[in-house]
Amino acid sequence: MTSDEEVALRVRALESLLLEKGLVESPAIDEIIDLFENRLGPQNGARVVARAWSDPAFKARLLANATDAIVELGYEAVQGEDMVVVENTHAVHNLVVCTLCSCFPWATMGLPPVWYKSAPYRSRAASDPRGVLVEFGTAIADEAEVRVWDSNAELRYMVLPERPAGTDGMGEDELMALVTRDSMIGVTKALEAPAS
Amino acid sequence: MNSIHDMGGMHGYGLILREADEPVFHHQWEGKVLALARVALAGGLFNLDEFRHVQERMPPLQYLSLPYYERWLEGTIAMLAEKGVISADEFAARLAELSGEAS
Repeated sequence: MTSDEEVALRVRALESLLLEKGLVESPAIDEIIDLFENRLGPQNGARVVARAWSDPAFKARLLANATDAIVELGYEAVQGEDMVVVENTHAVHNLVVCTLCSCFPWATMGLPPVWYKSAPYRSRAASDPRGVLVEFGTAIADEAEVRVWDSNAELRYMVLPERPAGTDGMGEDELMALVTRDSMIGVTKALEAPAS
Repeated sequence: MNSIHDMGGMHGYGLILREADEPVFHHQWEGKVLALARVALAGGLFNLDEFRHVQERMPPLQYLSLPYYERWLEGTIAMLAEKGVISADEFAARLAELSGEAS
């Protein structure tokens, strides 16, 4: 195994050669790191979900053409990929995976967590989604249908979780706080409303 | 081609290990690798399909043992060598130079 120092040195060697050849520039590197570290992330997806829960017309547009609907909220595809949003209900539970690697809806959720890119999740989400859901502590009724969506480079899926009970009076910002990254992957449900 | 990356339905990888409050990057160099690869892609040094393929054709043991961003790093280095942008010798020489400075 390579130690982190050795890997860091390989990265420095690569970077210094690319800089020297004029193939990359430092500001572009910093800009990309800042984009992924600070501006992309599940907070964007949570905004999309909260809007869909609050605005039926937006929800209809989101389910019909997610790529265009998320642009309405200012979230552009990072590399031109198309988005599809699938809705969880009592009857249908959707789960997203990328069995081949790590495809993820960057525009609305940023970079995926390590477990999403790991062999155990990638292998088992496809063949035993109910087992995976149990591992995440998510109870799905036996009679509910479980659908698994396998992402690819051109097409990225996001789950619209079911709106939790007892949230009727809540505004968009309050609703956003209930939407977790994992609920938009479909391995969990949205958080329950805090007891008032 | 059916190779090690095509993991859907494979058995025996065990439990899904999750990390609480996971940072976007675990090391500073991870962000740098992502950025360098994206700039190289945007600049047309290689394309996205080639970049996936170079990782997918790694020997299975290497594919499975490399952490995600190390796979990106080695994929980028291999791609640039194949495209004649940075030869293996040139990379090795720069690495030796930097190791000399570091020690």
